[in-house]
Amino acid sequence: MKSLARIFALVIRYFYLIKTSFPRILELMYWPTFQMILWGLIAKYLTYSNDTALQIGGVLIAGVLLWDVLFRSQLGFSLSFLEEIWSRNLGQLFVSPLKPLEMVLSLMTISLIRTVIAIIPAALLAIPLYSFSLFQMGFSLMLFFSSLLITGWILGIFIIAAIIRFGVSAESLAWGAIFTLAPLSAIYYPIQTLPEWIRWLSLSFPQTYVFEGMREVLFNNNFNTVYFIKSLILNLVYALLAIVVFLVSFEGARKRGGLINTGE
Amino acid sequence: MNENIIEVRNLSKKFTNHQAVKNISFDLKRGEIKGILGANGAGKTTTITMLLGLLTPTSGSIKILSHDISKNRYKILDKINFSSPYVDLPKKLTVRQNLFVYGMLYGVANINKKIKSIAKELGFENLLDLKVGELSSGQKTRVSLGKAIINDPEILFLDEPTASLDPDTADRIRTFFENFCKKHDTAIILASHNMEEVTRLCDSVIMMKNGEITDQGSPSSLLKKYGKKKLEDVFLKIAREEGNR
Repeated sequence: MKSLARIFALVIRYFYLIKTSFPRILELMYWPTFQMILWGLIAKYLTYSNDTALQIGGVLIAGVLLWDVLFRSQLGFSLSFLEEIWSRNLGQLFVSPLKPLEMVLSLMTISLIRTVIAIIPAALLAIPLYSFSLFQMGFSLMLFFSSLLITGWILGIFIIAAIIRFGVSAESLAWGAIFTLAPLSAIYYPIQTLPEWIRWLSLSFPQTYVFEGMREVLFNNNFNTVYFIKSLILNLVYALLAIVVFLVSFEGARKRGGLINTGE
Repeated sequence: MNENIIEVRNLSKKFTNHQAVKNISFDLKRGEIKGILGANGAGKTTTITMLLGLLTPTSGSIKILSHDISKNRYKILDKINFSSPYVDLPKKLTVRQNLFVYGMLYGVANINKKIKSIAKELGFENLLDLKVGELSSGQKTRVSLGKAIINDPEILFLDEPTASLDPDTADRIRTFFENFCKKHDTAIILASHNMEEVTRLCDSVIMMKNGEITDQGSPSSLLKKYGKKKLEDVFLKIAREEGNR
């Protein structure tokens, strides 16, 4: 119960930040909406030709929106942690009864809130603009959303572990690291498009199965359970690894004095 | 005031390039105010950071409230607190929001009532709805001290608590801590360069130089031992003697 109260305390702390700044809320919604409009226009251009292209257009928009779930989840997680670094608050937090894993849980919660704020307006706007509703995927969408959200958290944990280890010089990972995974995640094209020699790497990422599954739902109206289970298993394996890396990094910072000295 | 609530034994901290703290031992009793004095780089902040559990010692042991903090750190964290110029409170949150969040982290009951009473005692009632980033350094210090007492700690770690305060406010804060300790039987570890403050507040003093304890005792016993009238002269004598070695 005390643990829940501490997690909630930190969620409130991050929520205050969002609530008190309208530009922050606007910024959260801006990029997903911008991406959706841009890719929607490209998709619209493609749909002039035939019915298959029409379907591809929808798949592109779905890919854009679901990729943004992953990106916003990771970014929401990492940026909330960076707020503590920028405000030199990490020392205060870890002298309080807050445990490192409670902090991780609160970062996950605020990341979920930020992702929903970011994605919902863009998904709703796609309906009148392009006659495409992400919600047509129904329950599958919730499962895809959950899987991508978890993958984003895992990436976030790796990134904050790197920030704790290497200091603020590693903060650019919060914005850039995820894009190195994008070409290999089969977001806009099937995995068969990738050269054969690198497909194994793509198949080692949980998000690849989500995007493959998303195409199967949109093209064939079929939810591929095997893909989903594979993404869950990979998420579980990476989550355990991320937690271990984070705790090792945290203990390393306690040895070096990094918890009190890390700041702007 | 006889019970030891901190027991430090043979504590050392070695970083890659230098030995910050060398084999120090001391005790702190309930209700006692102990000053740690020393020039910059003497090892005061490193010692406090180890006591708080933010820094792992290279060797030695720390027992706080009968718990070995290398094993049971989380059992004592809600009973201690600290204030230091090396950490801040989030600047974009108001004073009230910050104290509310920390009140929740420490499991404080009736947080809003507690915030009001602390703000009144430390004289920052009119600042409660201002963002911390809008405060002067003196105001920030008072708010940081407010955060440090939000859980009525049994042990308080204060690093340069009055460094950025004007003499009037600093005097009020010292009076506040004298009364606070009496009322709650709180023990304080105080790192300071202000000898007047240490003489006034502290029951005992540890003198540190180059990571070692060079002497310790009550301010009056140290004055007597070194034949000086002011603690500052004792500090200078020790610092310069050591420096000439």
